[in-house]
Amino acid sequence: MSNDRDDSSSLSVNRRRLIQGIASLPVAAVPGWAMAQTYPTAKVNTTKLAITDTEVTVGQLHSATGTMAISETGSIQAEQLAIDQINAMGGILGRKIKVIKEDGASDWPTFAEKSKKLLVNDRVAAVFGCWTSASRKAVLPVFEKENGLLYYPTFYEGLEQSKNVFYTGQEATQQILYGLDWTSKEKKAKTFFLVGSDYIWPRTSMKIARKHIETVGKLGKVVGEEYYPLGNTNFNSLINKIKVAKPDCIFAAVVGGSNVAFYKQLKAAGITGDKQLLLTLSVTEDEMTGVGGENFTGFYSSMKYFQSLDNENNKKFVAAFKAKYGPASVIGDVTQAAYLGAWLWKAAVEKAGSFDVDKVVAASPGIELKIAPEGYVKLDENHHLWSRSRIAQGQPDATFKVVAESPELIKPDPFPKGYQ
Amino acid sequence: MTFSDMLNIATMQGFAGLSLFAVLLLMGLGLAIIFGQMGVINMAHGEFMTIGAYTIFLASTLTEKLAPSFMPYYFLIAIGVAFVFAFIVGWFVEWSLIRHLYKRPLDTLLATWGISLAMQQSFRSFIGPKEVSPTLPEWLLGSWSPHPGLDIPINGMFVLALTLFVTGAVMLALYRSRWGLRVRATVANRAMANATGINTQKTDRLTFAIGCGIAGIAGAAFTTIGSTGPTSGSLYIVDAFLVVTFGGAASLLGTVASAFGIAQTQSISEFFLSGSMAKVLTLSLIVVILMIRPQGLFAVKVRR
Repeated sequence: MSNDRDDSSSLSVNRRRLIQGIASLPVAAVPGWAMAQTYPTAKVNTTKLAITDTEVTVGQLHSATGTMAISETGSIQAEQLAIDQINAMGGILGRKIKVIKEDGASDWPTFAEKSKKLLVNDRVAAVFGCWTSASRKAVLPVFEKENGLLYYPTFYEGLEQSKNVFYTGQEATQQILYGLDWTSKEKKAKTFFLVGSDYIWPRTSMKIARKHIETVGKLGKVVGEEYYPLGNTNFNSLINKIKVAKPDCIFAAVVGGSNVAFYKQLKAAGITGDKQLLLTLSVTEDEMTGVGGENFTGFYSSMKYFQSLDNENNKKFVAAFKAKYGPASVIGDVTQAAYLGAWLWKAAVEKAGSFDVDKVVAASPGIELKIAPEGYVKLDENHHLWSRSRIAQGQPDATFKVVAESPELIKPDPFPKGYQ
Repeated sequence: MTFSDMLNIATMQGFAGLSLFAVLLLMGLGLAIIFGQMGVINMAHGEFMTIGAYTIFLASTLTEKLAPSFMPYYFLIAIGVAFVFAFIVGWFVEWSLIRHLYKRPLDTLLATWGISLAMQQSFRSFIGPKEVSPTLPEWLLGSWSPHPGLDIPINGMFVLALTLFVTGAVMLALYRSRWGLRVRATVANRAMANATGINTQKTDRLTFAIGCGIAGIAGAAFTTIGSTGPTSGSLYIVDAFLVVTFGGAASLLGTVASAFGIAQTQSISEFFLSGSMAKVLTLSLIVVILMIRPQGLFAVKVRR
């Protein structure tokens, strides 16, 4: 008897659960189901992308291993966060986003290979990825041939525009011109010493800087321009050259392991923020963890985003990021730009009512994003973002204090006239 | 520019050359012992330096948390710990891998390169892909400024002193200790050394571990001038090989001379040329000299 009763009671519980489950199913599924009804797969996907009634597959292509993992980890995290948040809101056109992660392993041919795999084998609707210009240049022909869609997060040298790529970081003029004008106007800098690592991004950036200082902006004079091989760890001779030239402003774009050596040796040579004006294009919160706050105190960085930005969007973003990746995690400029990629894509897909690459690209210009942590941004016809530029000063605790901000959104200008 | 300005710059530039010499010598020393005495090309040398760098980071984090008042002193002790850690890992690597490859020197190159990749990825997976910044004691930061306009980097002086100390200790150990005697006997004639009762296997293991330990010291010291991250060691490996090859393998004196020569050439040419061109000039000079003297600056006469 008792057995029977047990059985019946457990059965009834099961049945009750089952009924509850059935009852709740349609309720939970209504938005997605209704959306999928409004946007049937056959209609939103005419190019055989990996899209079902409930799911859309995207790719993520960064270096999780190798030298560049230092920089790209933040982007991987931010893109994942954006995708999680979008999924929690119900996804895009009623479809949850599924991510296929590929590792470019800091090797450019691997990037090209993996992008081909994502586009041809996996048929992903969009790819969020790449960090260095070299990796972007490596995948560009693949994306153009296979008509893929790439959201690229890093601030870069410009001089590029592709139908298949959206650039969510700043191009060179956005980052450089406002910063230089600021040193001239606010700090009365007349002489500039340009220092960079020896590859395309610093060289192009410094070319633009020199043009602006000497001819276009007429700010003053360049008293030195130096490039050091990537990975160089000894800057003592350079520092002595700077001491001979006595510039009002050091303008720096040194990257990677060299970056840390550069600031440590500047400090050791007695060049510190209270005595010397230094503006850099290559130190974000991410680099600060390696450089150390005490070595960058008082120097300035020119970016569009800093973790300390004081607005509602950013507070929410920082809180969500720290909740997911731990309280010690930091957010740099590129990490924020990577976060925008998925949201820009979502907005464009919804505007187009389709996942087809051609339609998404056509719908993209003019897309506005009000939730961006950096503040309001919009997408230009040239596939770059309108954004504000900011100058911030390094603090001893390795954070940044924003000291200046461009009053208007700056138009992206990847092929600047007069700077070639 | 006044005369005293020029004097200041000349002094600082002279010191820049000296401090680069110290850096090159310190990074090449461990390699020179392993390559010179054992003929093993240790491609993982940079990663043993990284072990040293991370030891400093570990020590600074622990000291900050547990005994903040100890901050000014931890650095010196941590350098000793860095030696011990790198020594232990080196001992293990020799025991598990290198000893099987002594008769195949080219394979040690591949094997140690594999170790280097594996170690880099372990740093990345277990410690984190991002660079870290150990908090250095206050007295190591900044510059010593005897009069305005003249700034001598304190970290440079520290590395210079440490290098002199380590080089002295290695020389002393090699030429005045039992271990040194055994090493020299093994290098001179392995079979005969074995016959006289020297345990050459044990000697090799100790030599390899000491070489790695010195790499650990170098890595620890370089946290004052460079980065601490999974790939920090790889920034130094090319220069380290350059110093050892140019100096002539199997000769510590050669390593010292070559580090000095390369440092002065590079630092002086960097001052008058651009950074990249200075590197080109230095490397071309080395290539030309090695073409004339393939055995390097100093070669030891060894009966093979």
